[in-house]
Amino acid sequence: MFADYTSSELLSIFAMQGFAGLILFSVFVLMALGLAIIFGQMGVINMAHGEFMILGAYMTYLTSHVFENYLPASIYGMYFFIAMVIAFFAAGALGALVEWAMIRHLYKRPLDTLLATWGLSLILQQLYRTIFGTREVGVTLPDWLMGSYALSDSIEVPINGLFVMALTVVVTVGVWLMMQKSRLGKQTRAVVQNRPMAAAVGINTAKVDRLTFALGCGIAGIAGSAFTMIGSTGPTSGQLYIVDTFLVVVFGGASSLLGTVASAFTISQAQSTMEFFLSGSMAKVLTLLVVVGILMLRPQGLFSLKMRK
Amino acid sequence: MILKSRHYDSPKGARRSFLRKMLAIPAALALAHASLPALADDANTTGLAVTKDTVKVGILHSVTGTMAISETGSVQAEKLAIEQINAMGGVLGRKIEYIQEDGASDWPTFAEKAKKLLVNDKTAAVFGCWTSASRKAVLPVFEQYNGMLYYPTFYEGLEQSPNVIYTGQEATQQIIEGIDWVVKNKGAKKFFLLGSDYIWPRTSNKIARKHIEKLGLSVVGEEYYPLGHTQFNSVINKIKLKKPDVVYAIVVGGSNVAFYKQLKAAGIDMTKEHPLVFTISVTEDEILGIGGENIEGAYAAMKYFQSLPNDNNKAFVDAFKAKYGNDIVIGDVTQAAYLGPWLWKAAVEKAGSFDIDKVRAASPGIELTTAPEGYVRIHENHHLWSKTRIGRAKADGQYEVVYESKDLIEPNPFPAGYQ
Repeated sequence: MFADYTSSELLSIFAMQGFAGLILFSVFVLMALGLAIIFGQMGVINMAHGEFMILGAYMTYLTSHVFENYLPASIYGMYFFIAMVIAFFAAGALGALVEWAMIRHLYKRPLDTLLATWGLSLILQQLYRTIFGTREVGVTLPDWLMGSYALSDSIEVPINGLFVMALTVVVTVGVWLMMQKSRLGKQTRAVVQNRPMAAAVGINTAKVDRLTFALGCGIAGIAGSAFTMIGSTGPTSGQLYIVDTFLVVVFGGASSLLGTVASAFTISQAQSTMEFFLSGSMAKVLTLLVVVGILMLRPQGLFSLKMRK
Repeated sequence: MILKSRHYDSPKGARRSFLRKMLAIPAALALAHASLPALADDANTTGLAVTKDTVKVGILHSVTGTMAISETGSVQAEKLAIEQINAMGGVLGRKIEYIQEDGASDWPTFAEKAKKLLVNDKTAAVFGCWTSASRKAVLPVFEQYNGMLYYPTFYEGLEQSPNVIYTGQEATQQIIEGIDWVVKNKGAKKFFLLGSDYIWPRTSNKIARKHIEKLGLSVVGEEYYPLGHTQFNSVINKIKLKKPDVVYAIVVGGSNVAFYKQLKAAGIDMTKEHPLVFTISVTEDEILGIGGENIEGAYAAMKYFQSLPNDNNKAFVDAFKAKYGNDIVIGDVTQAAYLGPWLWKAAVEKAGSFDIDKVRAASPGIELTTAPEGYVRIHENHHLWSKTRIGRAKADGQYEVVYESKDLIEPNPFPAGYQ
C-alpha cells in the first residue's frame, strides 16, 4: 500500500489528504447542522432537508443573475455574501410556512412527519423543475473564489475549500452561541427538556417550535448556497446530500451539536483516508459498515443528552 | 432545410409530387372508395394504430425524477423531428400522432408504460429510454409484444435486439478512436481512468484499458465512485501524485459538476493539458450545469457537437432554437434522439408498410444523408455507422471540433478481445 510512494510523497499525501478530509468535514457539518437542530430539538425527521438546501442554491443562482445583469461589475465579487443571506431567509421563511401548515399538526406522530416531509421533498423537487427547468443550472463563481493556494510544490489548497471551512466555523459558533446565550436558545432548550413545564413558565412553545424549524431550514439554505461552489444545482441535487447528512446526525447522537461535529469529523477523516488507499466505492462501503457497527453497540450515537425519562 | 433520407424525395421533389397529387385529385376521388382501404391494409396487417391518415407512435422518457435533467433534450428532439416530418406530409401519407408517457426515472414504470404503449395504444414505433437500466427494463416487453424501440443514448454495447435500433454509439465507437487520437496527437503515455460506479463507465473503461495496454502504454490508476458522489478531493490528490498524461473521466450526473468544479479549484488548469482531461460523458447539456469556465480545455469524444460546421446541422440548430428558445443547447444524445423518427420514417417507406417485421427487415442499410451529424447508416446489428469527433470545451459552454474520423466507424457491440 505504501510501497509505491517515497517518504516525501507520503508526507504530502497525508498533508493533502488531511486537508481534503477537513474540507469534507466542513461540508458535513454545514449540511448536518440544520438537520441536527430540527431533529435534535424537535424530534422531527426532516426528509426535505436536501430540498431546503437546494432552495438556497437556487437563490444563489438568482442573485448571481441579478448582480451580473443589473448591477455594476465591480461589486459582482461580493454577490456571494448577499446570496447567502437571501438563501438563509428564503429557506427559513419556507421552513416557517411548512411548520405552520404541516409539521405542527404532526408533533405527536413522529413517524408521520417522516412520510409528510418526504412527500414535501417530492413536491418541492417538482416545483423547482417547473420553475427553473429540468436541467441543472450553472452558478458562476466570483473570481476570488476560484483557483488554489500553493503551500508547496505538491500541496495545493483550494480557495473555495478554505471558504467553506471558514463559513462552517462561523455558522457553527453562531448556532452554539445562540443556543447557549440567546433568549430563543434558552427557550428552545427548555422546551426540549420539558415541554409542559416550559409552557407553564410562560414560554410560547408553538412559537419556539416554528422559529427552531425555520432556523434549521435557514441553515440548510446557507449550506446549499455554499455548495454551489463544489456541486451541482438541479431539482434533485438535494438528494445527493441527504444520505450523508442523516448518517452524520444519527451517528453523532441526535440531540447534541457537539456530537454532530464529532461525528462529521470521524466520518470525513475515515472516508477521505480510505478513499485514497482504496477505491471510492470501497471507502464508502467500509465507512457505512463501521458506522452501522458502532450504532449497534451504541444506538444513541456518539454523544447523547442526559435527560430524565 | 428539412432533414430527408436518400430513399424518398427531397423537399423540392416533395413539393413537385404534391402538385402532381393535386392534379390527380379528381381521379383519386373517383377511386378513393376502392383504393384507400386496400392501401391501409397493405401498410398495416398487424392491427397497429394506423388509420388512413394518421399513425400513432410513442415517446417514452423521464420528464420527472432524477433523469429528467438528461432526458428532456431527447423528448424535445423527437417532438421536433415528428413535427418536421408531419410538415413534409407525414409517413406514407399519414400524419404522426405521438403519445407521450413518463418513465419517471423509475425502471419498472418504464416497463409498465412500454407495455401500455404497445398493447393498449398499438403504437407503430416508440422513441425512448435513456439509461441502460431503463432499456434493459423495457427490452423483454418490446421483444414479447414485438414493438420497435429507437434508443438514443451512447451506451456500453453488449446488446443487440431485433426490437431496438440504437441511434447512439456503442462503447467502442466512442473510445478507441478517441484514445488513438490522444496518443498520436498529444503523445499520451500514462492514463488515469475514472468513472461513476455502474455498468456503462466500468464496461467502457474495460475497453479503454484493453486498448491502452494493447498500444503498449500504461494505466496508472482506475477508480470508481458511487453515483451521486460529490467529494472528489481524494481522487484529485491521487491524480496529482500519479502524474498521468491523461485523465480519462466517465463521471455522470450531479457528480460531473462536483468533479470538474473541484478539479478546477484544486489548481488543475485543463487548458494547459497537463494532465489532459478526456471524457466521453460530458455533452453540451452537462456543461450547462458544470459551467463552461470550469471545464474549459477538456476534450470529449462524441459523434455530434452543436458546433459541427455543416449545413444539415445549421438547419437543425436553427429549427431547434426556433422551437425551444435561443438559450437551448444540444448535446450528442439529443441529436441521436432526433435521428430516431427519421430513421423510422425511412424504413417504413422503404418497406411500404408499418408492420414491425417489415420495418425491421427494411432497416439495415437505411441511410440519412441529412442527419445533423452528417451521414449515418443502419448496420445489420441495428447500430449506426457514424463518425467519431473530438471536441475541446470552450468557456462559453460549446465544443470546438478539433478532429473528425476520416471514415464512418463500424458499430461493434460485441468487440472481440475487449471483454
